[in-house]
Amino acid sequence: MKNEKILKKLSQLKIGESGVIDSFTDKVMSLKLLEMGCTPGEIVTLDKIAPMGDPIAIKVSGYLLSLRKEEASTVLVVMMSKN
Amino acid sequence: MEANHSFVNFSRTSSVKIALVGNPNSGKSTLFNALTGLHQKTGNFPGVTVDKKSGTTRLSSVVTAEFVDLPGTYSLYPKSLDERVTFEVLCNPDNIHHPDITIVVADASNLKRNLFLVSQIIDLKIPVILALNMIDLVEKEGDRIDAVRLSERMGVKVVCISARKKEGINELKQAILQPLPVPQYDFIDVKKFAGDIIDKIKSVITVNSDFAAFQIINNFSTIHYFDTKSIVKEKISALINSSSVDTNKLQSEESVERYRVINRIASECITLKSDIKTETFTHKLDEILTHRIYGYGIFLTILFFIFQTIFFLAKYPMDWIQRLFVIISQWATHTLPAGELTNLLVNGILAGLSGVVVFVPQIALLFAFIAILEDTGYMARVSFIMDKLMRRFGLNGRSVIPLVSGVACAVPAIMSTRTISSWKERIITIMVTPLMSCSARLPVYTLLISMVVPQDKATGFFNYQGLILMSLYLIGFLAAMFAAYVFKIILKAKEKSYFIMELPVYRSPQWKTVGITIIDKVKVFLFEAGKIIVAISVILWFLSSHAPGNRMETIEKKYASVEMTEKVSEKERNAKMSSEKLEASYAGVLGKSIEPVIAPLGFDWKIGIALVTSFAAREVFVGTMATIYSAGNKDNSQTIREKMQNETNPKTGLPVFTLAVSFSLLIFYAFAMQCMSTLAVVYRETKNWKWPTLQFLFMGVLAYVSSFIIYHLLK
Repeated sequence: MKNEKILKKLSQLKIGESGVIDSFTDKVMSLKLLEMGCTPGEIVTLDKIAPMGDPIAIKVSGYLLSLRKEEASTVLVVMMSKN
Repeated sequence: MEANHSFVNFSRTSSVKIALVGNPNSGKSTLFNALTGLHQKTGNFPGVTVDKKSGTTRLSSVVTAEFVDLPGTYSLYPKSLDERVTFEVLCNPDNIHHPDITIVVADASNLKRNLFLVSQIIDLKIPVILALNMIDLVEKEGDRIDAVRLSERMGVKVVCISARKKEGINELKQAILQPLPVPQYDFIDVKKFAGDIIDKIKSVITVNSDFAAFQIINNFSTIHYFDTKSIVKEKISALINSSSVDTNKLQSEESVERYRVINRIASECITLKSDIKTETFTHKLDEILTHRIYGYGIFLTILFFIFQTIFFLAKYPMDWIQRLFVIISQWATHTLPAGELTNLLVNGILAGLSGVVVFVPQIALLFAFIAILEDTGYMARVSFIMDKLMRRFGLNGRSVIPLVSGVACAVPAIMSTRTISSWKERIITIMVTPLMSCSARLPVYTLLISMVVPQDKATGFFNYQGLILMSLYLIGFLAAMFAAYVFKIILKAKEKSYFIMELPVYRSPQWKTVGITIIDKVKVFLFEAGKIIVAISVILWFLSSHAPGNRMETIEKKYASVEMTEKVSEKERNAKMSSEKLEASYAGVLGKSIEPVIAPLGFDWKIGIALVTSFAAREVFVGTMATIYSAGNKDNSQTIREKMQNETNPKTGLPVFTLAVSFSLLIFYAFAMQCMSTLAVVYRETKNWKWPTLQFLFMGVLAYVSSFIIYHLLK
């Protein structure tokens, strides 16, 4: 089971792709994301990317959260199959 | 979790202090307006520039509620100045605003994230009423929230409201009068993470709960409320140092634990119709408004519309205000006994007041638009599509509106930088916004451009005057971006910049919120910046109407005798006298003494005087020029232009206003910080004279160097 996990950075998701938050690589950044409801185990979906490619907006816990790619790259997610 | 509670009862207390807390976009301000109506006061939280809104409401024949609207926050881990205020008020029992009761407003459509803050406040052991807002929207989607269950599980009173529709407001008021449970249990047990240091802290300082002690550990470096208790502070500092706690780890563990409990409670209280919820309206609108082509197109169109409106609509009330002040001044001059005091009143104080009040229409209009854009949720999208571009220059997506507003007037623009949460990005935005060409520069530009290029000069479609004017706006914008880039490199950030921000669902604007925003901003400007502006204009009045020794009297005597002999109209005589008086005045002395400094830019002492008086406001340049060249009728720019064009240098006999001088002057006015209103507002927004001083200097240097280069290139 544990070997099947495919970890990706949140910033690498494509529009419409979802993942389950696994862990954070930046402690300070994680604090801000945690209080916004991005806790490990929560499902996130990439909703849109700003026209210039950055920032991005994700759907988490029923609302839209925008964050810069640099910030999103500190979040590791387990990919979910699309359906 | 259903532990026994003790209760507080405020039904017999004459006044109850209530703090309104909630996430941004939770409808907190709307609720505050609904609760207090127009019985609001705007002020500052002590020592910081954060706006404080407070208001009172009678709850019964005995009880009056004193509400204070605390800045919106997602947690009690402050990241911005605003959030720090909320943190200090709630966590420090000695704070003057520390509430008896906290009403936490929660967006029901976004419950879990909102409960995070609720749970933290519960753990501070402050009596909480949970105002569940927008429950109507949740029910419309077919979802259900069991408020009774939620109340049981959270251990607090829950009142369902719709702040927009003013539903549930009375129930909320009544809830305050009923016995309220004081939370006794801990929502989460922080000792699990922090261990015995909690008890050690509690032995040094009296706090209501473990979580309060936990917060002291985690926020120790940013807490100010021990500043007066240095012994306690040292003891706590020693405790924290000796225990080698990792505050990041503590905070992260706390957050995860809180959400674990919240998820459990939410699963018991919320019934979702379907798992996949799509806010279809918002989603569809976003497709267009954040589109890579339409998105920018629509944004530019909206901007264009706003500025057209501000320019053309504000013009009329501004005109009325100026006329009203002229009438008042004339009345005062005629009725009051002639003398120094009347002179001070009319030309010093009234002139200063007029310079303040005249900005009100622009401020009101701009903030009406900003409030609408914020309220609908569109502003967050503007930040979203602009952030990447602005970030390269050390700015933020939220800097766009202040920068663009600067084209109308830097004063409201700088007041609108509040929404930028990062300190560094906000300061940079404040510093560079005055480089955008504001509407006060327009009269100066128009006059000077008309001297350089004839009106009808055009190549095909392009009118040269229009082209130069447009270039000046463009130069202002480029200079602002360049300066921002330089500041980005020099300034040290106090905290890391975030762009972690909610994109709220679109909603229709609320006119009451818009109205209250306008009133607030106008008041702040009139009373806080107004004081400084009036003071400076009194000084400027003194400088331009008084002279060393008895020079003024000599001039008056001279003209009194001239009248008898020469066949000149009284108007012409008075104009000549004013011109000579201005030359003799302190402002004239100042203008002459700075001549060596400004000579390399091609300016003579007459222009020097205009530079000095322009500090009151840039458009004063035109009036000063009129006085110096004794053009008589101030409003007739045609005459001023002709007089200026005919002006020759006494030494060389060549015209003063050559192409080089005019362009040099244009560039100088584009870049120099000649606006005391802006400086006063920058001080008010930063609460530190360092920033307006630095701004004055850097813009001055930029103006000087650029004018110097332009002058020598064209000479």
